[in-house]
Amino acid sequence: MAKNVTAMNGKRSYKLMIVDDSNIMRRRIERSQQFEELQLVGTAGNGFEAIELFKRTDPDVVTMDLTMPRMDGIECIGALVALKPEVRILVISALADKATAVEAMEKGANGFLNKPFTDRQLNEAFAELMR
Amino acid sequence: MLHEQELKTFVDGTTNFFEVAAQQAASIGSPYLLEGTPAVHEYTGVINISGKREGVVFFTAPKAMLTVLLMKMQENDFSHETMRDLVGEVANTISGNARRDFGREFVISVPSVLSGEKPELPHKPGLRSFIIPINWRSHSAKLVVSLT
Repeated sequence: MAKNVTAMNGKRSYKLMIVDDSNIMRRRIERSQQFEELQLVGTAGNGFEAIELFKRTDPDVVTMDLTMPRMDGIECIGALVALKPEVRILVISALADKATAVEAMEKGANGFLNKPFTDRQLNEAFAELMR
Repeated sequence: MLHEQELKTFVDGTTNFFEVAAQQAASIGSPYLLEGTPAVHEYTGVINISGKREGVVFFTAPKAMLTVLLMKMQENDFSHETMRDLVGEVANTISGNARRDFGREFVISVPSVLSGEKPELPHKPGLRSFIIPINWRSHSAKLVVSLT
């Protein structure tokens, strides 16, 4: 896991960034995740915004949509991993084919969750990501 | 033109969306073919398809249904922009899920959204549309699939 975590209430704290072109999905992920050690540092609606926000906030954990305007998630994953190889990236996408999941993992993603998802599936995916 | 099994992919995707995202199953009516442009509800999310197949997939629903769907998703913003966001997300999710069967050559666009009384729908001449009726709670919506 990332090195620059900070102590908070005896628990390690991880900075979280949410990337999705849907406001509803960004709010859903923020609202449904149940880990107090995940501290949201910002949200972005496309890959370009995500890279800018990433440089400013240095997150440890990122959720990444794939189908987005301007810069898609696959390209963005590569850029974020180049900036910080230890970042943990959970892809949350409707794209359900295996080849896309494999490509995302090859670019540096650490987990893949298909939309639609339940709160339980989301939290299990976060737990796996932070293990 | 869609084959029966391909149509089932979209029916299953629609069923799955309501079961998981809305936590309440929808009743899917018998799909039917339509020549020309189908009638739409107040909000329509449009996904353009390219790659191995070409055409369009859209989800169209009335505001009342979207409002209840947002409530079921624990959303508390019911603005016009959020309605637009939701129909786009539904269309995107069902189309993206179809890649499980169609493969990655089934390329989907980011959603575009139409709203208002008589929006102009994308339609390729000669391409017929399959209409998948969706009944959820007391509301009706439809998924329209029009593919080469």
